[in-house]
Amino acid sequence: MSERAQLLLEIADDELILGWRDSEWTGIAPFLEEDVAFSSIAQNEIGHARALYELAARDLGTTADALAFDRKPEEYRCCELVELRLPEWERTIARHVLYEQADAERLELLKASDDAEVAGLAAKIDREEAYHRLHAEMWHGRLKDEPRYVEALEELRPLVDRRDGHTPELAPLWEEMTSVRRSQPAGTVW
Amino acid sequence: MVTEAQVWEALAEVPDPEIPVISIVDLGVVRDVRIEDERVHVEFTPTFLGCPALEVMRDQMAERIAALGAEPEVEVVLDDSWSTDRITPEGREKLRESGFAPPTPRAPEGPQLVQLQSNGFRCPYCGSRDTALENIFGPTPCRSLRYCRDCRQPFEQFKTI
Repeated sequence: MSERAQLLLEIADDELILGWRDSEWTGIAPFLEEDVAFSSIAQNEIGHARALYELAARDLGTTADALAFDRKPEEYRCCELVELRLPEWERTIARHVLYEQADAERLELLKASDDAEVAGLAAKIDREEAYHRLHAEMWHGRLKDEPRYVEALEELRPLVDRRDGHTPELAPLWEEMTSVRRSQPAGTVW
Repeated sequence: MVTEAQVWEALAEVPDPEIPVISIVDLGVVRDVRIEDERVHVEFTPTFLGCPALEVMRDQMAERIAALGAEPEVEVVLDDSWSTDRITPEGREKLRESGFAPPTPRAPEGPQLVQLQSNGFRCPYCGSRDTALENIFGPTPCRSLRYCRDCRQPFEQFKTI
């Protein structure tokens, strides 16, 4: 696999899995505004994953859906941070803040890439991520002196760069995420 | 033989599936139209990448072009050439009339929290600037929610991207 395809898959997997986890707050966030916010952020992240998978799929001679749903859990390249189910609000916000910081740094590098397709898509994604960063910034401002939030930041920070394996939480998420697709015969067009 | 002008005219009748008061031409998402023999090539830039209306827009454009007797070829361009600054003045007016506050011009440094929380945004119902941010996120990826303290009306503000 080319270096470009590997990189695209790494980012796409991060965005898909995080989008899935973020969507778990739909309907049960602490208040209505956050139901809407996390649902909207999840929708954006999965939209970014789709665009990145489409680019990778062209290089690899496959489809975006096949990359998103037909690989085995161990083949995903996402970081451990995005895999965890975090039913505690302060840990969800800590992940949001850590992920958006790391993603912003990654997008800055990609925007400066010599590869015009990657740079163009990164710039488009970055325009949307700007609103995720504002949301993260707002919540960081509210919680930054809360001990439980500060602990969550410390606990989760090392997981941002951990990509050499997976947490035990990825496999059950994968089961859930791919169940509809696996229930259909291979090659079904969606 | 179809002309470019006919294609633009046909595309101007394709409504935005989520905000049907505005057409995709008003929205500025049609970047280019080229005629190559019987084929009509359209470059289309999505607004937000997660927008579920993307496929609907693409299929409706193809239908309108086919109705002109040409073969449509709609290319989805995944770069950052679309910005809310591309919404036409007519498009902005149509949005305002329907209760959506049009996007503010894009600043080089992008959106800032302090700016969104300021009261520089105008209510599309009464014109007051005494409006407050309720939620950065709204019913679709492209909109935020604000509240007008003068006419006490919540309204949807187009995000600037």
